[in-house]
Amino acid sequence: MSARERLANARSGKLRPAARQSSENVALPIDNLELTADLMSVTPEKADSTTQVAGTAAHGRERLRLDDVSVFYGNTPAVKNVSLSISHGEVLALIGPSGCGKTTLLRTLNRLTELTPNASHSGQILLDGDEIDELVDTDLRSRISMVFQQPNPFPMSIFDNVGFALREQSRRRPRRPELEPLVNQALQRAGLYEEVRGDLGRSALRLSGGQQQRLCIARAIAQKPEILLMDEPCSALDPRSTAVIEDLIGQLSKDLTIVIVTHNLQQARRIADRVAFMYLGDLVEIGETEQIFTAPREQQTREYIAGVFG
Amino acid sequence: MASAEPYSAPSLLPPRRRRRGRRSSLRSWRLRDQAVFVLAWTVGIGLFAVVAALVGFFAVRGAQYLRPDLLVTHPAPSVSQAGSGGFLDAIEGTVLLGVIGLLIAAPIGVTTAVWVVEYGRPRWLSRIVESTVEMIAGTPDIVLAIFGLALFELGVFAPLSYSEPGGAFGRSFLTAGAMMSLVALPSVYVATRNGLVATPRQLREASYALGKTRIATIRRVVLPGIRRDIATGSTLGLGRIIGDTAIVILVLGATLRIDTQSSTPLLGLLRGTGSTLTSYIYGNSPAGEGGAPQKASAAAALLLLIIIGLNWGVGRIGRIGGPPLHEPKRRLGA
Ligand SMILES: Nc1ncnc2c1ncn2[C@@H]1O[C@H](COP(=O)(O)OP(=O)(O)OP(=O)(O)O)[C@@H](O)[C@H]1O
Ligand SMILES: [Mg+2]
Repeated sequence: MSARERLANARSGKLRPAARQSSENVALPIDNLELTADLMSVTPEKADSTTQVAGTAAHGRERLRLDDVSVFYGNTPAVKNVSLSISHGEVLALIGPSGCGKTTLLRTLNRLTELTPNASHSGQILLDGDEIDELVDTDLRSRISMVFQQPNPFPMSIFDNVGFALREQSRRRPRRPELEPLVNQALQRAGLYEEVRGDLGRSALRLSGGQQQRLCIARAIAQKPEILLMDEPCSALDPRSTAVIEDLIGQLSKDLTIVIVTHNLQQARRIADRVAFMYLGDLVEIGETEQIFTAPREQQTREYIAGVFG
Repeated sequence: MASAEPYSAPSLLPPRRRRRGRRSSLRSWRLRDQAVFVLAWTVGIGLFAVVAALVGFFAVRGAQYLRPDLLVTHPAPSVSQAGSGGFLDAIEGTVLLGVIGLLIAAPIGVTTAVWVVEYGRPRWLSRIVESTVEMIAGTPDIVLAIFGLALFELGVFAPLSYSEPGGAFGRSFLTAGAMMSLVALPSVYVATRNGLVATPRQLREASYALGKTRIATIRRVVLPGIRRDIATGSTLGLGRIIGDTAIVILVLGATLRIDTQSSTPLLGLLRGTGSTLTSYIYGNSPAGEGGAPQKASAAAALLLLIIIGLNWGVGRIGRIGGPPLHEPKRRLGA
């Protein structure tokens, strides 16, 4: 299979992680070349899991590092002493029973927990080596974008929803003609463009739930973030929209790092490079997807996975 | 083919659709529920009858006395109804005062509500602001009027009205408009505040998660999202301004005609005195000088028409489209 063919396959979303894994392990210099990023997703170095330490990345350069992170609501910890690192171009799935702190952890990564009045966190979160609390919150959040569990389009037109992300704070500029290519591109990447191209001036609230969620994804990726956080993005969707979004995640992971919370273990298995299992605020185990599903190290992980599978 | 299938003819009609499913009948209700049901209907019909009588009365009066030329002629000082002209000035005054009052009240009301709901710190200050607005809402307009007059007669406010070296006259469209803004303020404030409170947290978070600042979120996401509430509140406020009499009589001067106060076109008008439909009605009714009761009736019919129009407008604003905001723009010929 030529690189071109592989690329085409990956673009069309045909290649699932299972197929990726079987491909040969090629060491590649990691840089920002688009082609490299594309190849990366088809040939991840998953085979050498023996050299992997739990919590370190299978992929390229490290982007996000959590050191002993705890998050509290008042005095109650919701996330306890979590350490892990996430590297460029990988898809990390967070799984675990309800209330175990997945959303809390995700929202801590782009400092949304700050908006909850009594929430606080300890430990260090580094983005490319910079402590995130030291960064300006708005800068951080345009680098680490987020898609929520419930589609939350703004009460504006489809165009303005995506354009809003690109506009500078409350300014109106840049004007529509300048935004148009970028908006269209984001909609295309989110797989929504074909369905809405006829009337981008239509209210976003008139879209279906699945379309709204894809619009929210388009909005989140419009300003080209480096990391995309997704909190159960498919939980409100039907299987078909879910499939569309899963394909999309496969495509996006070529040049984005994705952290996704999901209750759907099959989904985690389909789309994730690595899986982290949380339980009552603890990070119990993190590892390669297949390892977590076929040979979990921890008893709790085994029980959770077995319990859900029957 | 049709002959082979004798029952095919009715199928050409669409199947009858039921608009509603079957419901339990009133008979099966408990006695108390039946009583409340009957009471609710009685009260509803009773209220309707009162309003219908009011509207009917002024519809008849209006049809009798409201002639088009009244709307376009200036009033004239005369004891006979034949010579006292129309009420053009009162209409102009009503519009002008409404516009001035709303231009002041809308931005202040919206800004205050945004501050209280979105920032609200320090707490005590936001509580004070809240109860201040409540107090303004509860203050009788005649009290506001007396206070306004006392205030604007002060020398510092001389530029706002006709003034002489000794002091200010205090009565003008500007000063009355300023007082009227207080009449409209609570409506705007309450509507905006309720809209802000009802705005889902998820919507704001979506904006923050895109790296937007708080102010950008409010301006570009939250406020556009509640513009319907703001419009409704403003329209209600406008209705209250238009319906007010005390402030017009005390602070606008209730002069028969609009008297401009200098040669500068706009400023002269704003510093001048005038009247509105309400003060015109008062002045010409049997309660006032009683000069022209028929014209008072005509003006009252017109005023009622305006108020009904505004209420209709409020209903329209509240109902625009299914999901709130941003309707698809209908393109002609497309
Ligand atoms: N705003 C809050 N204030 C106080 N406690 C909270 C708040 N949000 C979440 N918690 C608590 O923190 C814990 C973790 O919640 P979190 O929402 O992160 O769970 P989750 O893993 O995302 O669950 P789910 O799978 O149901 O979404 C829960 O015990 C929850 O009650
Ligand atoms: Mg959650």
